Amino acid sequence: MSYKILKKEEVAPAVHRMEINAPDVAKAAKAGQFIILRIDEKGERIPLTIADFNPETGTVAVIFQEMGKTTKQLATLSAGGFIEDFVGPLGTPSDVRKVGTVILVGGGVGVAPIYPQAKAYTAAGNKVISIIGARNKELLLLEKEMREVCSELYIATDDGSKGHHGFVTDIMKEILDSDEKVDRVVIVGPPIMMKVGAGVAAPYDVEILVSLNTIMVDGTGMCGGCRVTVDGETKFTCVDGPEFDARKVDFVELMNRLSMYREEETAAKEKYEHKCKCGLH
Amino acid sequence: MSEKSKPKTRIPMPEQPAGERINNFEEVALGYSKEAALAEASRCLNCKEPKCVEGCPVNVDIPGFIKLLTEEAFKGAIEKIKATNALPAICGRVCPQETQCEARCVLGKKGEPVAIGRLERFCADYERGKGGNVSEKAIISEVASEKKVAIVGSGPAGLTAAADLAKLGYKVTIFESLHKAGGVLSYGIPEFRLPKAIVQEEVEYIKSLGVELKPNYIIGRVKTLDALAEEFDAVFLGTGAGLPRFMGIEGENLNGVYSANEFLTRVNLMKAYDPEYDTLIKMGKKVVVVGGGNVAMDSARAALRLGAEEVDVVYRRGEEEMPARREEIKHAKEEGISFRLLSNPIRVLGDEQFNVKGVECIKMELGAPDESGRRSPVPIEGSEFSLEAEVVIIAIGTSPNPLIFKGSKGLSQHKKGTVIAEAESGATSKPGVFAGGDVVTGAATVISAMEAGKKAAKAIDEYLKKN
Ligand SMILES: Cc1cc2nc3c(=O)[nH]c(=O)nc-3n(C[C@H](O)[C@H](O)[C@H](O)COP(=O)(O)OP(=O)(O)OC[C@H]3O[C@@H](n4cnc5c(N)ncnc54)[C@H](O)[C@@H]3O)c2cc1C
Ligand code: FES
Repeated sequence: MSYKILKKEEVAPAVHRMEINAPDVAKAAKAGQFIILRIDEKGERIPLTIADFNPETGTVAVIFQEMGKTTKQLATLSAGGFIEDFVGPLGTPSDVRKVGTVILVGGGVGVAPIYPQAKAYTAAGNKVISIIGARNKELLLLEKEMREVCSELYIATDDGSKGHHGFVTDIMKEILDSDEKVDRVVIVGPPIMMKVGAGVAAPYDVEILVSLNTIMVDGTGMCGGCRVTVDGETKFTCVDGPEFDARKVDFVELMNRLSMYREEETAAKEKYEHKCKCGLH
Repeated sequence: MSEKSKPKTRIPMPEQPAGERINNFEEVALGYSKEAALAEASRCLNCKEPKCVEGCPVNVDIPGFIKLLTEEAFKGAIEKIKATNALPAICGRVCPQETQCEARCVLGKKGEPVAIGRLERFCADYERGKGGNVSEKAIISEVASEKKVAIVGSGPAGLTAAADLAKLGYKVTIFESLHKAGGVLSYGIPEFRLPKAIVQEEVEYIKSLGVELKPNYIIGRVKTLDALAEEFDAVFLGTGAGLPRFMGIEGENLNGVYSANEFLTRVNLMKAYDPEYDTLIKMGKKVVVVGGGNVAMDSARAALRLGAEEVDVVYRRGEEEMPARREEIKHAKEEGISFRLLSNPIRVLGDEQFNVKGVECIKMELGAPDESGRRSPVPIEGSEFSLEAEVVIIAIGTSPNPLIFKGSKGLSQHKKGTVIAEAESGATSKPGVFAGGDVVTGAATVISAMEAGKKAAKAIDEYLKKN
């Protein structure tokens, strides 16, 4: 099988958006789900959250940051090219329904998965307040798109180059402290941000959900590589999640498990970059 | 020739020497030469009432094919096997013959039984070597049917059902969640026991019958079983038993603890042993594998080949009770794998970096027999001991993946997660939906999955003729 890349753009430095022709996935996809792709026969299988999908055109969009070997290689592909395998939608869809007021917090590339959720929560009749952040304004994703699907949008950058100078969680706390009655908080981003965010929101009387991104192989529950501890029990992120009650997630274990292949990943990336420099690729 | 004049022992299987093979993933058993096969075949008594055939789940005409073999009618021999077994190159390599056909061989009473599995493999390989695939000429039913059958899962059960239904003239589509077909044959059983090229040949053959294969297609996610049953005239579920069981002990989520499914998938399907592939895998000097089945043996031997220096298999019962094929246990021993029998892990030990550093175990003794008739192991108090390990692989069993039930109604299952199906037909509680293989029996064997696929194909044909 192979799946055609219909569009590709660099939406921020080293961050890319790709639209892929995958009608079966597009038809079944719901907010909060992800796909697993494999670039070619020798590639690894990596999970990416669905950033947007269109059942009519049969397209699915993903947004990824160049990090390791596979995302760097993916970034070299362009529209018209092909990806060998693209499977999904995976994971249990987000529990989107009318709850009242929802705060969506997205950091870094975590803004990508927040976008379909914002759309879905708005469509379900909620008041949606989104807070998106990045290290600096160049790295900020989807501001325009988000503005169209939210009731309110706040921005935070680590260096203060745009919006609030500081963390997305500072703004979240301000809203939680205000008169606004918030029913649910959804946080998506790097694990450390979700851990901190969950900690900040925990004392408030509000539901807190996070969407976890673990190491995965199949995405169907057959390997257990994606296991996390939630409420003292082992869960498989790919089928039981990726969305979980933030108060119950063992974030320390999550972060430790994500570092399982750190050395191997660095070596693979260096080897790949070396190959590219030598013009072998 | 009388029983007395036959050699008591079988012709040995040429193998890669243990010291050499632990450094590669190439096949261990090299297969009989023509001379060896003829000599072994000549041991067969050609019994009037062959017991071996009864021992074969698909009733291959064993004396029949062996007789043709002795006459050097190789093409006839393979045709005879393929009349009832579509995957002889695979079965000849992985079937537990010692508990099936060979266990019933009359010669086994006073000496070694005829090496039926090796002869089956020889016939299949001989044909492959000739570039032929007799069944390619399979007669596809003239009365081409407009009826469509969906097969979910491309393991031996699904492939067999697909082949039989395609030959009957139905339009068959296989839906497979992974990127490659073959089920356990592709992701579970390692290259050194079952070369993947053989599995791919079989898949290609089934495609050549007109079967459409849709990989990356998960029923329960992309489409529900309900929707599939609506769209197709009949559905066969051959989704296997792919959900790994963990022990539920402390430290099981430490880095370096794998389910055998994950470990073997990385090694076999994703070829982690080949530096050309991007697949990551954690290996250590010392590895502990928990379990006593084929899956445990495959994991242990794969770890060795990936560079582990010491591999311990920890199993809670004794060697007699180990469910693995005898040949695999023998091979594992030759390769230097040590067995800690009557022992069970109670805790995985880790360091500050969250990496595995060992396993704490407890000695066991066999108590009273349980429902399965096997004596159940009980821990001996105060007998704890520790093993060092950087990697721990858990191979204590699997159960069916429940994804297939997502968003669908009317499919009954047992408490253990297996789908309830009639033994003879594979019919489930859901009209038009049949099931067979590991998803019905729980983890079993390749040949029993094939048998179930065959029976279901027949039942589906009858069902579709009526409906
Ligand atoms: C490591 C290992 C070694 C083994 N060694 C031996 C041996 O030596 N001899 C022997 O006889 N047996 C052996 N077995 C057992 C044997 O492989 C199985 O009994 C047999 O493969 C079962 O066949 P199956 O067709 O029922 O299922 P499987 O082979 O498990 O195939 C099921 C397929 O269905 C797919 N699937 C599952 N859910 C879905 C879904 N929702 N949608 C789409 N596709 C889906 C899976 O991805 C898989 O490809 C071994 C098993 C393992 C794991
Ligand atoms: S990714 Fe394999 S079980 Fe979740």
